[in-house]
Amino acid sequence: MSKLVRLEIDGKPVEVPAGTLVINAAKTVGIEIPAFCYYDGLTLQGACRMCLVEVEKSPKLVTACTLAAAEGMVVRTQTPQVVQARKAMLEFLLTNHPLDCPVCDKGGECELQDLTFRYGLGESRFLETKVHVPEKQWSAVVYYDAPRCILCYRCVRICKEGMGVSALAVVSRAVDSEIAPNMGDHLYCDECGMCIDICPVGALTSQDYRYQTRPWEMKHVGTICTHCADGCTTTLGVYNNRVIRGNNHDRTGLNGEFLCVKGRYAHDFIAHSERLKCPLMRVDGKLVEVSWSQALAEVAARFGGIRSRGGKFGVIGSTRTTNEENWYLQKFAREGLGTGNIDHHRSGDVISLLSALKGRADALAATSDLYERKAALVIGSDLAQQHPLVAFQLRANWRHHESHIYTVTRGPVREDAYSRLRVRAEAGRELAAAKSLRQALQAEPELLILFGDCVRGAAVHELVEFGDSLGIPVRYICLVDYVNSRGAMDMGLTPGLLPGYQPAAAPGLDLAGMLAAADLDALWVVGANPLKNAALAAERAFVVVQDLFLTETAARADIVLPAACAYEKTGTVTNVCGEVQRLSRAVTTMGAKPDLEIFRSLAARMGLDLGEPETDRVYAEMRRQLPVPAAGEAARGVVASAGDTLFTSGTLGRYCGVLRNVREAPGGLYQ
Amino acid sequence: MPYNEPSPLEVKVLTRRFGLADSASLDTYLATGGYEALKKALGMTPGEIIEEVKLSNLRGRGGAGFPAGTKWGFVPRDSARPKYVVANGDEGEPGTCKDRLLMEYDPHQLIEGMAIAGLAVGAHAGYIYVRGEFRYIIRILERAVEEARGRGYLGGNILGSGFGFEVYVQSGAGSYECGEESALLESLEGRRGVPRIRPPFPAVSGAFQSPTVLNNIETYSAVPAIIREGGAAFAALGTPRNGGTRLFCLSGHLNKPGVYELPMGFNLLRMIHEVGGGIPGGKRLKAVIPGGSSCPVLKAEECDIAMDFDSLAKAKSMLGSGGVVVMDEDTCMVQAARRIMEFYAHESCGWCVPCREGTNWLRRLLRRFHAGEGSRSDIDLIGDVARNILGRTFCPLGDAAAMPTIAFVEKFRDEFEAHLEGRPCPFEGRRREVPAP
Amino acid sequence: MTFSPELEARFEKLLKSYPEGRESSALVPMLLYAQDEIGAVTPELVEEVARRLRLTPAAVESVVSYYSMLRKHPVGKYHIQICTNISCQLTGGEELFEHACRKLGIGNREVTPDGLFSIEEVECLGACSWAPAIEVNYDYHHKVTPEALDRLIDSLRKLH
Repeated sequence: MSKLVRLEIDGKPVEVPAGTLVINAAKTVGIEIPAFCYYDGLTLQGACRMCLVEVEKSPKLVTACTLAAAEGMVVRTQTPQVVQARKAMLEFLLTNHPLDCPVCDKGGECELQDLTFRYGLGESRFLETKVHVPEKQWSAVVYYDAPRCILCYRCVRICKEGMGVSALAVVSRAVDSEIAPNMGDHLYCDECGMCIDICPVGALTSQDYRYQTRPWEMKHVGTICTHCADGCTTTLGVYNNRVIRGNNHDRTGLNGEFLCVKGRYAHDFIAHSERLKCPLMRVDGKLVEVSWSQALAEVAARFGGIRSRGGKFGVIGSTRTTNEENWYLQKFAREGLGTGNIDHHRSGDVISLLSALKGRADALAATSDLYERKAALVIGSDLAQQHPLVAFQLRANWRHHESHIYTVTRGPVREDAYSRLRVRAEAGRELAAAKSLRQALQAEPELLILFGDCVRGAAVHELVEFGDSLGIPVRYICLVDYVNSRGAMDMGLTPGLLPGYQPAAAPGLDLAGMLAAADLDALWVVGANPLKNAALAAERAFVVVQDLFLTETAARADIVLPAACAYEKTGTVTNVCGEVQRLSRAVTTMGAKPDLEIFRSLAARMGLDLGEPETDRVYAEMRRQLPVPAAGEAARGVVASAGDTLFTSGTLGRYCGVLRNVREAPGGLYQ
Repeated sequence: MPYNEPSPLEVKVLTRRFGLADSASLDTYLATGGYEALKKALGMTPGEIIEEVKLSNLRGRGGAGFPAGTKWGFVPRDSARPKYVVANGDEGEPGTCKDRLLMEYDPHQLIEGMAIAGLAVGAHAGYIYVRGEFRYIIRILERAVEEARGRGYLGGNILGSGFGFEVYVQSGAGSYECGEESALLESLEGRRGVPRIRPPFPAVSGAFQSPTVLNNIETYSAVPAIIREGGAAFAALGTPRNGGTRLFCLSGHLNKPGVYELPMGFNLLRMIHEVGGGIPGGKRLKAVIPGGSSCPVLKAEECDIAMDFDSLAKAKSMLGSGGVVVMDEDTCMVQAARRIMEFYAHESCGWCVPCREGTNWLRRLLRRFHAGEGSRSDIDLIGDVARNILGRTFCPLGDAAAMPTIAFVEKFRDEFEAHLEGRPCPFEGRRREVPAP
Repeated sequence: MTFSPELEARFEKLLKSYPEGRESSALVPMLLYAQDEIGAVTPELVEEVARRLRLTPAAVESVVSYYSMLRKHPVGKYHIQICTNISCQLTGGEELFEHACRKLGIGNREVTPDGLFSIEEVECLGACSWAPAIEVNYDYHHKVTPEALDRLIDSLRKLH
């Protein structure tokens, strides 16, 4: 904690740590100093001159965004001179700014509008004609309208500093200055849309939202992004039961202002034309549309029959369904169907990590550690591609706190640009390579270790032993693929472990085992696509699939039940750091049902009593019954990441048009 | 011979070698006392050198007039980082053409001054940043640096003293803003000439984020004389607090325009009539821009003034970079104001709002106004817009654009009124023919 | 992209004039010197300089577009830069500029069809005391009258 300094702003005494900028010091006592170019966490510009204030003993007005609070400083933000200066700056900004606010996407949530309303002149004295420059499209999702641009350089900075991409720069000079993309007339970048989000005006706009609606016409629903495991909040703008846009402009999530291309744009699968809206049943070898009651009755009857004759079930759960659904599904399998054959696609060996840590809960890192810990070791992951929020936070930590990053990867990664040491390791050699960093790591005061699927099983135990041997506090993050990959394990969607990683009395078949079991009588797949790259050995097995789309697995099913997606349901999901967050329902798709509702209907039809299947009740039951994770069991079955990039998202990614349209972007891992 | 005859009224200290055969050569330099000051300085402590410069009352010749010795004193000697000496040869202030001559005719004087500055602050490398248009000057400087290095006046071990100092010449590529010290450093480091947030000032974090002394060419060029003859002797040439001589660039409506080295405090009217040979055609004096285009214009009746930093500040103008632009009775002040604003609007780096938008607005207003399409309220608007820029920009370029504009409007309002509503410029047709060379 | 040995030597010297790791400081002069040799800052030149200085082409582009002497399109063999700033304006710089345009039949920043001449109205060249001043390529000419300019243009034309 740095030393406190006392100063006075508009007569109010203020006490802040030395070095605090006056613009932020003022906030602590409820005084707004307007600014465009200032943005928390990005480098200082002093460019927009909106934050000019009077400081005693200074002959000129001073920018509050570049001025550090000092002991005894006397600041005035409301004097006639300051008020006049703000009016002048706004008048300047509006000289060439088109007043197309009624049709501008930003109208209604535009900082220039807002500050003009609060601090501006009623009219402009600018009588010259405004210079028009045609709008430019820079990528499938980014548009730039130069006359609207007020040159605050936020986009340039968030791209360079925040994202580490540097796809934007200022070109020309004087009044001709404008922002330009890195490829001359187009962008080659992450297509994250951070530049659009951070733009205070309507200079940068996004393809999905352009001219769609007005911000006040939308319902804004903050929920958790359904793609990767980082657990970002995306605030979905909903109009007429349609998701128009995603952003995190309100900074409500643990992602702060951050969102990647998926969180921002890849919600278009919701309204994809191939979305299943009616149950399908195989009749004469072909899937035909049937009613929900018909489909459910068929499943209940077949499941009931197989159960009563002691048949063999296989249940494959999802990495995108909620904890409540997963809890309920494993209960359904174990108690309702009497099978221990339950698994899901595991992408990281959390199980071995928990086992190796032997209950040391403080050795599991939280998302906040990414920004706060003094050093981090990344093993076997291209974070910018696979875990964009993790990458963003580590980069922010390095920028703001000069934290040390170490990387052990198969190929080049973005972290190379600022990592303290980097090691290239062939697949399978990652752990050994990480150990070669011992000397440097030992010198760190603390360490965060992030590891991908290349470290699994015994290697995880070895890694934890290595961590323990460093003699410094170490926290771990086991990187997993999807929004609830972690939750699927927590909730016991594994053959050997019950919820809370309690050993099962009689471990069942794992995923591969189920697919290979020729005597399987029924396979129930909830939100997964195991048959994408594998065959089902039991040709005669009765297959039930709950999904959004007719995937390879659904196409093999006897009954397909159209499921609601994460944006259409409530419940909780658990991110890569084990943080449990709530989903909010943004829209509904007629005909599709949340998986939990499907389970409930099936249970009812089968006469099973599995507890109250309301999301909140299941959550309460989970809270009551879920033991503290304390596994002793080593992982069984396959652990492999799907290797998604920024522009893929498992099977779901196929139905995200935007992800396939941003072709200019660098897509592969380790490039 | 340089571009103009010297004047008998000149006090030639920095320009004393101008006109000598081969004045830029090391031999000529050595034959006329060259590098004596460096030898002397090698026997002095850094503190003594800085003290001598302070004693000389040498004030920065780039325009701001900051005391050079004080500036050198700001460099933290105990910093572990390397230190640098940078010479600003980005001469671009309209009305100013003196640094060019100092570099062209006496490059070794500049190099010697920089080496002494290096000794004073503990720097071992210096950069001369020269505007891109001065290509031939760059060649002269590079030759001089080679010569000096060849004979041990530069290099790893100067004159066997153990002190090492290298000089590099860097070209600009067309940007007035790069004359602003922090923008110059950005350009030197290969970036757009956009100024830096200050503090930190260059003395603490300048070139390559290291402590840096940054002065104008003329400032460094004065240093050898100061060390050689002593600070007091240099100070005595000028007025109190305004030490030494200064190169005045007389241009505009004069019989004998030229660059003349005169003592600080020299009377402006005498400068015009006795040094500059008066106004051609017996025309009357209307106005003078006393220190380059950023300095508020003086009306004829204000011109009986001592040309030093303090006297001009008292008259609400500036000594600036020594560019004295003389305008006779036939000059249209609206046209002059417009042309100057064209310049600032073109040269604004575009970084901050008031300068970028304000200079463009003023440019368009003044164009329209001069074309006879202005209204009475526009006259006040011109002043208002300029005042809205004044004191609020990121760097001094905004003030440089605003100050002269405010002065033109305030002092020559009648001429602005004479342009109102469709009236042709009253000075049209009185435009002069170019004088025969 | 290849450069003349002289230009390569210049680059080499430039790169040695900065502290280690600060080689990108050479960007502005490198672009200008290279432009002198190949006539303009072409996309290939941007690529090449970016590669040598380990910058992105976009970063180089951002710098190129800032400096008024750096240009993306070639000018005439004789690029006549006429100052019309205050000191030159007072002594006939604007008339001289108009005269040059009339004489060559081209406008500002245009090139004659034979590629020999181009005209650019420029800001202060630092020759105020000997105004009006022009620069033809890198050669200064002082106190230039329309007649003197005519003579200069004619003599240059005779060289071809």
